[in-house]
Amino acid sequence: MRWLIGFFLVVALALPAAAVQPDEVLPDAAMESRARQISAELRCLVCQNESIDDSNAPLARDLRLLVRDRLKAGDSDADVLDFIVARYGEFVLLRPVFAAHTLLLWLAPVAIFLLGAFVALRFVRQGRRQEAAPLSDHEKARLDAVLRRDDAKPDDT
Amino acid sequence: MIVELGHYALTLALGLSLVQWVLPFWGARAGDSALMAMAAPAALGTFAALMTSFAALTWAYVVSDFSVLNVVENSHSMKPMIYKISGVWGNHEGSMLLWVVILTLFGALVALSRTLPERLKALTLSVQASVTIAFLLFILLTSNPFTRLDPAPFEGRDLNPLLQDIGLAVHPPLLYLGYVGFSISFAFAVAALIDGRIDAVWARAARPWTLTAWVFLTLGISMGSYWAYYELGWGGWWFWDPVENASFMPWIAGTALIHSTVVMEKRDALKVWTILLAIVTFSLSLIGTFLVRSGVLTSVHAFATDPERGTFILLILIFFIGGSLALFAWRAPMLRQGGIFAPVSREGALVLNNLLLSTACATVFIGTLYPLALEGLTGDKISVGPPYFEATFLPIMMPLILFMPLGQTLAWKRGDLLGAAQRLIWAFAAALALSLVVAAVTRRGPVLALVGVGLGFFALAGSLSEIVTRSWSRGMPLATAWRRARGLPRSAWGTAVAHAGIGVIVLGVSATAWGVETLAVVRPGETIAAGPYTLRLDSVTPRTQHTYRAEVARFSVLRGGVPVGPLEAERRFYATRGMATTEAGLMTRGLGQIYVGLGEPDASGGIGVRLYWKPYVLLIWIGTLITALGGGLSLFDRRLRIGAPQKARQRTKAPVAAAPAAS
Repeated sequence: MRWLIGFFLVVALALPAAAVQPDEVLPDAAMESRARQISAELRCLVCQNESIDDSNAPLARDLRLLVRDRLKAGDSDADVLDFIVARYGEFVLLRPVFAAHTLLLWLAPVAIFLLGAFVALRFVRQGRRQEAAPLSDHEKARLDAVLRRDDAKPDDT
Repeated sequence: MIVELGHYALTLALGLSLVQWVLPFWGARAGDSALMAMAAPAALGTFAALMTSFAALTWAYVVSDFSVLNVVENSHSMKPMIYKISGVWGNHEGSMLLWVVILTLFGALVALSRTLPERLKALTLSVQASVTIAFLLFILLTSNPFTRLDPAPFEGRDLNPLLQDIGLAVHPPLLYLGYVGFSISFAFAVAALIDGRIDAVWARAARPWTLTAWVFLTLGISMGSYWAYYELGWGGWWFWDPVENASFMPWIAGTALIHSTVVMEKRDALKVWTILLAIVTFSLSLIGTFLVRSGVLTSVHAFATDPERGTFILLILIFFIGGSLALFAWRAPMLRQGGIFAPVSREGALVLNNLLLSTACATVFIGTLYPLALEGLTGDKISVGPPYFEATFLPIMMPLILFMPLGQTLAWKRGDLLGAAQRLIWAFAAALALSLVVAAVTRRGPVLALVGVGLGFFALAGSLSEIVTRSWSRGMPLATAWRRARGLPRSAWGTAVAHAGIGVIVLGVSATAWGVETLAVVRPGETIAAGPYTLRLDSVTPRTQHTYRAEVARFSVLRGGVPVGPLEAERRFYATRGMATTEAGLMTRGLGQIYVGLGEPDASGGIGVRLYWKPYVLLIWIGTLITALGGGLSLFDRRLRIGAPQKARQRTKAPVAAAPAAS
């Protein structure tokens, strides 16, 4: 049975929907909510695209119980994640780490925005110059060439 | 016999689309009107042949002809008729057939258009035919839905239970109308590149097609989201699943495209960029098809995964994307750039819109494909899940929505930032006041959600303000204002309505933060509560129907001890496929929903119940409908209406230009 990944816009703040069973729930509500938040960050290893918080798979349940055991043992959220990554590898993290091999992934949105902004600004500035400055000789020659090419073609619109 | 007829019609369609590809192109190069005129009948013929083929496959499903392999694998004689019919496209072969049927439907519509310039029409249909040919070859060579089976089994293997839903009847056709509809914008763009000319006439001709595709894609994604919400059983409505991303990327790019086309039409600027966007948008649709059909990224949507098919689609992908981009690189520098451009103006705001939307689209693209690329290059396996998309996508969308009302208030050519801001001051004040009220009433509200509420209200109020300031000025009688508002061009209404819809979506999304969840084992007679509602479990009874066994839990919903009605939720087990599914129990109260998902029964006779109270959740989908309606209104603007005579366009032109100045 495949399930999809749960997504909430404000996942850290909204209560995530889950395949958590009633018997797994910790008595301490604060600790349980931490467990839920950690679960939403961990991938179910035998599922297609799903956090352990959403999965019905037995392995996901084992991981959920493991998360809760570590929390009960007094681990911080980061400790729990480290422990699970040490055991199952980085693949388990739904939020990729920020490291050399994911640099491109995390920086690409910023880089693309800046590059796009640069091109857009240049374009807008060019548009303004066009308005102010007269055409250079080279531009005039090009303009003539373009116009001639248009004249040569029958207007078919 | 009918099945063979369908197969024959499929092959015939390939022949006809070859004609549609070669003759008009040759005609356009040679300036031969007779050859160019061949495009329309060929396009109509291809469509008719493919409809015949599709009807034949549908017939095989309706009568449960188990001598057809495709029917055996995806149908069952006991299935309700609607799922037999929708099952036609609930599988790889059938959905590819639907894909080309819709592709040629658009081709046929272009063929029927009487307003398009002759050359543009011929070249567009020729380019369109090349896409049809590639996909028909794909179907005939690797995914033939008409393959016979001998001996025929007595019963079929049933359809994937998750797909046995009304959603399958509606979601894929709508999605494909959008996805594939962008092929027309693509064909227009490539035709313009081949011809080396592009102008406002091109923009005016291409825009209705892009808008139509966009409206359908909006509806298709929205429908898919609601389907996943009630079918998957735990209340999520967007999953950042690779396949969802595959449909979302063309939507984002398409949204950028409909905005940049306006700039091109009105200001004769952004031509090269618009052409590139048209190519990119359809390329993303093709990439989406590849991702889903090749099974490179496995997901619930990948009905069948087969490396041979994947390779074939990859080749199609390389040919069309590579080919069109190469053509672009060669021809784009020859296109004349026009238009003087001031940064503070409507067109300047639309450039910002395009910048943010392109960044958003690229982010989703990178997030979706990065794990694949990294594993291919270094062997490292990582996952990119919802936390990544939330962290990157939201910071791009929030400024976009904030600037949206400002952008639509700015005038063309030379906007007055201060003036626009002044006109929006009331909208801003209203949004601020309303979010403060929400904060005061709910008290328990996360900051991000409150920001979302503010943005949503601002978008709504901004749209209202745009209509009001354009039709009313101080001291004017309301009747006059109403008359003037009705006289505003449809496209102005379309913009306002679509942007208001975005505001409504943002409100619905933000409201999820106030959702309440309760999880418990409930025995008959016991109650479970979430938010203001209490549910009492009355009974759990088995039921056998069609191709499944179900456990039906019946609840009574109470509010403050007063019953408000019954609610049913189911767990189904489909024996043929050995799959279990849940049917969420839903009760709509105002704009919110009570949502019940059933879990495992336990030994004590109880059943696991997941109860959610989701206030205002329906706003998410209502908002998408409003947004699509806005797109539809723009589509019926006189200036764009298909078949509108030249004169009518001239007449509406004057108020369009005069309106911003008057406001």
